Amino acid sequence: MIESARLRFSAARSRSGFADGVMAVVVWASVLLVTGVFAWLLFDLVWSGGGKISWAFLTEAPRNAGRAGGIAPMIVSTLLILSVAMSVSLPIGLGSAVLLSEFAPPANLFGRFVRRSLDVLAGVPSIVFGLFGNAFFCIYLKMGFSILSGGLTLACMVLPILIRSTEEGFRSVPQEYRTSAAALGLSRTSTLWHLLLPAAVPGLMVGLILGIGRAMAETAVLIFTSGYVDRMPESLMDSGRSLSIHVFDLSMNVSGGDANAYATALVLVALLLLINTVAMRLSERWVHAKRSTT
Amino acid sequence: MSDPIRIAAPEIPLACGPACCGPVPFVRTENLRLDYGEKTAFEDVSLDICAGCITALVGPSGCGKTSFLSCLNRLTDILPGARVSGRIMMGAQDIRSPKTDVIDLRRRVGMIFQKPNPFPLSIWRNMELPLREHGASAKPELAATIETALRDVGLWDEVKDRLHKNALALSGGQQQRLCIARALALKPKALLMDEPCSALDPISSGIVEDLIVSMRHRFTILIVTHNLAQARRIADFTALFWIQDGSGRLIEKNSTQQMFESPQNPLTAAYVSGMRG
Repeated sequence: MIESARLRFSAARSRSGFADGVMAVVVWASVLLVTGVFAWLLFDLVWSGGGKISWAFLTEAPRNAGRAGGIAPMIVSTLLILSVAMSVSLPIGLGSAVLLSEFAPPANLFGRFVRRSLDVLAGVPSIVFGLFGNAFFCIYLKMGFSILSGGLTLACMVLPILIRSTEEGFRSVPQEYRTSAAALGLSRTSTLWHLLLPAAVPGLMVGLILGIGRAMAETAVLIFTSGYVDRMPESLMDSGRSLSIHVFDLSMNVSGGDANAYATALVLVALLLLINTVAMRLSERWVHAKRSTT
Repeated sequence: MSDPIRIAAPEIPLACGPACCGPVPFVRTENLRLDYGEKTAFEDVSLDICAGCITALVGPSGCGKTSFLSCLNRLTDILPGARVSGRIMMGAQDIRSPKTDVIDLRRRVGMIFQKPNPFPLSIWRNMELPLREHGASAKPELAATIETALRDVGLWDEVKDRLHKNALALSGGQQQRLCIARALALKPKALLMDEPCSALDPISSGIVEDLIVSMRHRFTILIVTHNLAQARRIADFTALFWIQDGSGRLIEKNSTQQMFESPQNPLTAAYVSGMRG
């Protein structure tokens, strides 16, 4: 009797052991697949473009349609476009997220409408944003093909992601912080500034990083709005070619431009990682300072 | 034990209310009622809370005790769907009137929650944030107030070397005392305590209970508790809430001694003797 019960238990154990094994294999396989693709991509970039990277490549203007020379104007244009996009979308995104999470409860009709619109906007293909930006900023607002038009259009494209993930950040702050702050007589503004914002920063950062990634990688939007002049921009009203457009142009339109296309793509990826790291560090430092100020 | 239900209790001599009982109640509610949307949390509650005394609110879960507390510092303002009617007189003023300075009301009437809820900030910052909000800004004054409040709750010696460490690293009991200190630092007149000991281990619970007793006469304390023994140990007055017809009602309020020794209402008798609830 006892023997057979023990046998049944061990059979069940080996069955569940088998299931656990399969599970582990599946999980590890997916992880390896994802990281493998990324590693392969990075390896390919470094392998084919790494040799081209030099100080001169980063600081010179392109020659011979980009086959020779460097990519300095594209780096500057990319950073300018990104700064415009982020300095416009960050405050608007933060404000909208605060409104949605703190002042428009989930059941509120207005809040639901705004959220639904944002979700739809987040899924709109970038080429549609490009045409909109061209029609609205370049033509209607007479900004022409310029870094400003490109940055503003990118801001429109990035905003939905930024707002939604920041809102999630605010929502993830436990309700009891708000209650105990109110019970201590803290105003809504200081509750927001001192308690909710630091707690929501991780969500904001996720949105920001996704946004920066999308903005830096964006090609379709910028062809229609910031143009592809490869001179060093002198103001925000100049047309400027972003790194992503440069990669596109070199690999599609310029025969013999492949090596420089690889090198430019490598610079683009490196720049993206660098900006993300800096942004993470800054936000961590800010939150830390906020928590322990004396 | 003799028959625990003494409905028709013989006349026994009672102390006629504790000496601390001031002639003027700190707060008096008149026909107070709170609804959450369709549901009535409690209704028809008229209760005097005596200044300087400890009043315990007891009764089964869901009978509106916590909701009653949140009316007294107008925390109901931020509860979705909460609608209050009736009067809450604090002195000559109805605190429900739009003229009430809610921020100042919440400074004067502090609240302690069931689950200790320090902010995820340093201990110092937890104390400093509300003080600054209410106008204190000079550093020496802040430091003195914070030290006094932390000493009052017996936490100073435990935390003085780690004031700038995260408050969430403290034990549950220490966190709760920090929350009490945070409220005391604002120099309140009254403290609303919503089961302040129930989430704590027995030792911490005892420490917090002693702390509450030590605040008698200095603050008006209204404490919700499920622990009848605790109510009996510390409260000058006890009020029993009960659910009747789907909403909470005040059944009886009296001096604690009278409530436990010669309750007027059969429900009270059954509840304090452990037969109901």
